[in-house]
Amino acid sequence: MEPLSWTGSIAILNPILMIALAALIVSIVVWIIGSIVLPESPMSVNIDGTISGGNGLRGLTQKALRYSFSACVALALAYIVLGILMGTSAGIIGAISQQFLPVWLSLIILFAMSIAFKRRLGLYGKLFDSPIGMIGFGLVMFWVFTGIFGALDLIITHDPLVQVSGMKNKVPGTPLPSPDEGEYAWYLLGGDNLARDVFSRMVKGAWIVVQIAPLATMFAFMVGITLGLPAGYYGGRLDTFLSFLANLILAFPVILLFYLLVTPEIVATGVPNYMAAVLFIFPILFIGVLLNSRYYTRPNFRTPLLIGVLGIALWLYLSLISSGGYVINTDDYSIWGLPTYLDLFDIPGGILVVFVSVVFVNSPTVFRIVRGLALDIKTRDYVAAAQTRGEGPWYIMLWEILPNARGPLIVDFCLRIGYTTILLGTLGFFGLGLPPESPDWGSTINEGRKLLSIYLHPALPPAFALLSLVLGLNLLADGLREESLKD
Amino acid sequence: MGLFILRRFGVMLLTALCLTFVVFFLTNLYPNLEKLAKTQGNQRMSDEQVETWLDNRGYLQPTLVKYGQWLGVLPGYTKTLDDGTFLGTCTRPGSTEETTPRYCGVLQGDWGYSTVFKDEVGSIVGKRLGNTGYLMFWVLVLMVPSALLVGVLAGMREGSALDRSLSTFSIITTATPEYVSGVIFIAIFTSSTVGLKWFKGTATQAMDNPTFENFFLPVLTIALYGMGYIARMTRASMTEVMTAQYIRTARLKGVSFGNIVMKHALRNALIAPFTVIMLQFPWLLNGVVIVETLFNYKGFGWALVQAAGNNDIQLLLAISVVSVFVVLVTQLISDIGYVYLNPRIRIS
Repeated sequence: MEPLSWTGSIAILNPILMIALAALIVSIVVWIIGSIVLPESPMSVNIDGTISGGNGLRGLTQKALRYSFSACVALALAYIVLGILMGTSAGIIGAISQQFLPVWLSLIILFAMSIAFKRRLGLYGKLFDSPIGMIGFGLVMFWVFTGIFGALDLIITHDPLVQVSGMKNKVPGTPLPSPDEGEYAWYLLGGDNLARDVFSRMVKGAWIVVQIAPLATMFAFMVGITLGLPAGYYGGRLDTFLSFLANLILAFPVILLFYLLVTPEIVATGVPNYMAAVLFIFPILFIGVLLNSRYYTRPNFRTPLLIGVLGIALWLYLSLISSGGYVINTDDYSIWGLPTYLDLFDIPGGILVVFVSVVFVNSPTVFRIVRGLALDIKTRDYVAAAQTRGEGPWYIMLWEILPNARGPLIVDFCLRIGYTTILLGTLGFFGLGLPPESPDWGSTINEGRKLLSIYLHPALPPAFALLSLVLGLNLLADGLREESLKD
Repeated sequence: MGLFILRRFGVMLLTALCLTFVVFFLTNLYPNLEKLAKTQGNQRMSDEQVETWLDNRGYLQPTLVKYGQWLGVLPGYTKTLDDGTFLGTCTRPGSTEETTPRYCGVLQGDWGYSTVFKDEVGSIVGKRLGNTGYLMFWVLVLMVPSALLVGVLAGMREGSALDRSLSTFSIITTATPEYVSGVIFIAIFTSSTVGLKWFKGTATQAMDNPTFENFFLPVLTIALYGMGYIARMTRASMTEVMTAQYIRTARLKGVSFGNIVMKHALRNALIAPFTVIMLQFPWLLNGVVIVETLFNYKGFGWALVQAAGNNDIQLLLAISVVSVFVVLVTQLISDIGYVYLNPRIRIS
């Protein structure tokens, strides 16, 4: 097998792309300078009362920017489409875009459906009015689909943990020395220090992030909301105490906390299990109070609903915190948990401790945001109206205050998933929690950085992957903020 | 105001006590002590040997007692072994029963003895903090003015071309954690593959002889991540000020745009970023740990990693005291500064 070059037989596109990129950069610079130096384009009022902008020099710079930008986008699309059609004969880029085919298809379907029905989809649909939001959403969904399809083994070319002899630190596009029948014949993004496939590891790493980050953020939000609403609504001693606790956790440098919590020794003492048992009770409390406060006037409906929902939630909770029949199982003593035949899933100690500490670090910030919002909203008239109606405090908190605080909370949720992704990367970077051979981005960056002065390819793909996912989440949050402000 | 500061100091003290106790508790859990015994004594010690080793050095007393000893409110633990060696919490290698003080805690000004570096914790922390302080100084020198400049330029004409490009730039920097930007910078500017080799990939030499070549990349890496956030806050505050009534009045009066920005808007727009910059310090501390590990610069963050990795209890405690102190003092400064800068808020 021949080693693959970056673009293979579509290399004719490269000079065109270079020209388009250069044009884009020049037009951005001209656009910025133009916005400072050039006069505003003249507005003229037409006879029918409408206003039309003139085509001054500014309009020209904008037009240049738009054309060069669309040229770049079109070229990028051409690379992808040609890559899907030609596969490895279009070089590494072609092969990669062919591997990502399920992701492209899902993205196209998702975007087509969303844009077609965007008027009926509320805030989500409005996202497709803002270009920034769309770019962010596209980047995020790209990695979400990559994670899911990667977990289904659709995208990866090799097993991310298997070492192939002779592929140590090989540059991108190197063919395998002796590929078996049906095995992918190249390491698309090269091999790492232990001769594993960088591309497959990056794709598998997306799955770890997609699994943990949104879920951990959601748990942090549940904890923060369940504690922040009463703190803001009641105020007084409760508020002082909870705020002190939150500030206490926030005063810890995150990395020190991780170094104290996420070690094999701490896992052996069972501290993460205790923390999990405490932290994961909050979602159950939240759901229980949420439903009870809404339906307590209709006991016939409320009681079966609560039994059903809380039963399932408790079952999930118990399967989450107990593994192998125990909630806590250390050398000294153990606490019985759910018997193994009822246990739905086991979470390995390493993952659990990562999950718990990420929730633990994030929830005080959420608490502070929710508390601030509750303090602000509780002075509104509709809250006073609900109080006069005789609604209970929890109904007011969960069904009057919370829905009205959703805008900032949704935006912060997106930002916080990004922050959680960064935290997960930090954990991996310091080699905490996840097993050392795990393909998560932080660990891969940490491994790759040691040889960075000679071999770039093991460290850069996960670095850019993490960068683009977090950037996507930030842009998505920006788009959501813009659109929710228009309401 | 005096009462306010006094109360804040009370809360600070309470927070510091709680936090050090948490650190103390976590580092004194038995598996951690076992690890300490094995790294300090012998990797192949049996369980009984580990227990004797710990017992002889006072590690198996109740946690509260040990915490009291560390604080200096309880007398230190001492024990003379059968073969005459004198051990205890206050002893140093080579010290005898007569030269060992009875109390040795933080209150006595004794921060303890580092088991990793075999040195007084006080002097280690001082030296490492000096290195990190130097790094932080240059980070602030680079970060604060550029962040404010970017924020003000972006915020003075909302929605303009300049605003959009600068905002995109600041979003990109906030989305790039230090371990990503550091790796990318090292790859581009120092590796032999790209071939630019403008800077050095490690800052080890920068501790003795900092030059632009070996010190700029770590500074830039930390500064960039914090910069985007401050710039966005400055931009938000600037756009808010620019839509205020008095700016419109000034504009209608015929004041030039430059004068409006410089004389009318800037002062009010810089109140909010001041708080943000102060609250950014705890984040910088994180960045320092990552960057010092990445660039092998032996400062405070590097000491933290070493202490935590080897369960060096007393060094870790001193480090957490310092970092908690930094966090709480910056919070205090930001609160007080906010009151002084903003005449509309007065603490009653």
